[in-house]
Amino acid sequence: MTSPIKLALGPLLYYWPRDKVLSFYEQAAAWAVDTVYLGETVCSRRHELRLDDWLYLAEMLTAAGKEVVLSTQTLIESESDLKALRKVVDNGPFRVEANEFGAVRLLFEAGMAFVAGPALNVYNPDTLALLASWGAVRWVPPVEMPRTMLAAMPIPAGMETEVFAYGRLPLAFSSRCFTARHYNLQKDSCQFRCIDHPEGLLMNTREGEGFLTINGTQTQSGKVHTLALRLDELVGMPVTGLRLSPQAQHMAEVVATFRDALDGVLPTAQVAARLQPFLPALACDGYWLGKAGLAYTHNM
Amino acid sequence: MKYILGNQESVMPKPLLELICPAGSLPALKAAVDHGADGVYLGLKDNTNARNFSGLNFDAKALAEGVRYAHAKNCKVLMALNTYPQPTTLKRWQQAVDTAATAGLDAIILADPGLMAYAMKTHPQLRLHLSVQGSATNYEAINFYHEHFGIQRAVVPRVLSLPQVENVVQHTHVEIELFGFGGLCVMVEGRCLLSSYACGDSPNTFGACSPGHAVRWQQTPKGMETRLNGVLIDRYADHEKAGYPTLCKGRFEVQGETYYALEEPTSLNTLEMLPEMHRIGIAAIKIEGRQRSPAYVAQVTQVWRAAIDAVKRNPAAFKPQAAWLAQLDKVSEGSMHTLGAYYRPWK
Repeated sequence: MTSPIKLALGPLLYYWPRDKVLSFYEQAAAWAVDTVYLGETVCSRRHELRLDDWLYLAEMLTAAGKEVVLSTQTLIESESDLKALRKVVDNGPFRVEANEFGAVRLLFEAGMAFVAGPALNVYNPDTLALLASWGAVRWVPPVEMPRTMLAAMPIPAGMETEVFAYGRLPLAFSSRCFTARHYNLQKDSCQFRCIDHPEGLLMNTREGEGFLTINGTQTQSGKVHTLALRLDELVGMPVTGLRLSPQAQHMAEVVATFRDALDGVLPTAQVAARLQPFLPALACDGYWLGKAGLAYTHNM
Repeated sequence: MKYILGNQESVMPKPLLELICPAGSLPALKAAVDHGADGVYLGLKDNTNARNFSGLNFDAKALAEGVRYAHAKNCKVLMALNTYPQPTTLKRWQQAVDTAATAGLDAIILADPGLMAYAMKTHPQLRLHLSVQGSATNYEAINFYHEHFGIQRAVVPRVLSLPQVENVVQHTHVEIELFGFGGLCVMVEGRCLLSSYACGDSPNTFGACSPGHAVRWQQTPKGMETRLNGVLIDRYADHEKAGYPTLCKGRFEVQGETYYALEEPTSLNTLEMLPEMHRIGIAAIKIEGRQRSPAYVAQVTQVWRAAIDAVKRNPAAFKPQAAWLAQLDKVSEGSMHTLGAYYRPWK
């Protein structure tokens, strides 16, 4: 039976060459995702694609039957960041995901329905209800929110809930660039080194445990968070969609695995084996269970 | 879409360079008051604030005594309620707001919009500040909180440069408070889940980063190791002084190189930027360190009081005195100081 739960391709968090980005989304047009989030959310210096390029991709994906959402930058510091933000909000046809409250203000003022992104820190029903009153029609809970907390959230009528279900977790944001720091470069002359690391730079502990991932100004988990083996637990939950975060290789297979698992085409017992070859790092799912985010209760 | 700066709110002159000091305990509060703080900030004994450490913070009795003591010496008392309430515990945060209102606090420092709405509705006379944990780094965000909840002051995350702060000040009625001294978050406050990723507890919900219960120190043949929930944060040779395993300040290996991959264990000291902060119109300077001793609070408050008085007397002639810097060096965590993002050598 086809599951009503939708799949969304989250915003691309890494910095890839233009051709790779374009071909990634050309392929995504054929994947079993219902929604695609586009745009640069991490660093304003990244410029392989300009807003016009993202809008071109938005039109292409819309024509392919996808819902397209433009995601805004998570850290808005300067007047030029605000200028870029206003352009995204004023884009015209496409829905916008707000990733900080400057974007919420602009979207509220413009009377536009929007998606409340995972960095807005919505941890309780009062705040969620406020966001609904300001125009949010979908929210993405903080990635650290456990299943039990989500289950205890009354969801406003008409509000969709999209859970971060796959990918390295976006854990922290800074104005400092840790990739530039690694190369002893200043941020303003970073030589765009992020482009050499299509899935970031792995940061190991001094005993070789892959702990975190450096992605420019963003710090991600070292492990890949996945709820693929826990889809049965979504039954009875208010979850309407799952966010899958883009990775450089095998994203098509990841999407297909989630879709087949959701629809019961792929039996739960076989999900782990099917997903294993496509994981770029060890898996984790601790946040969902209210544990340390890096914990994992299955053996893949 | 520009924020219109109307006239009616600019009638009240904004404060300039108030000195806001940490009070993790009643003795620390008294130390701050006695050494010239314009305001102290404190929290209750639970996870409603972002310094939820055992042995810290205020119960009802200490709160009443603290408010009495501070107000008698014309010092304001602010309460941090700056973590995020959760569905099953929302009531406790709301009760904390009620406690603040009845205890006569001068303002509460909030991060969660839902809690702001509760405070505004239930205690309309209560002054609201936007916590640094609210992650507001631009004037659109700050003005949003002002328009919807009447926020009167915002504490800005320690990621903006001073020119960026100045641009914020020029586009808002909201008073801007900056961190001046103490521990330094390299990540945007409120936007950092590194601690919960490693050990399950984050500042947002638990009220602490790298909490004590998850910390282990262990002497090994390779050196002193510090761990957070088993994750090796750093290892120290015999001649090195082992630091607290705040996980963004550990040494890690990236592409074969082991170094402070995110941040050195430095602390923030912006003393030399006081004339610039004065010129920009910064309403208040916040000293970090509710987890520190009354002696720390006394020393730091004393130095900053003298410095702020000096800059107000004659900003052009201001120069940090060597004695001040020596006094601050003695109490700072780690041996290094940084101007943080306000001045960006790395930018």
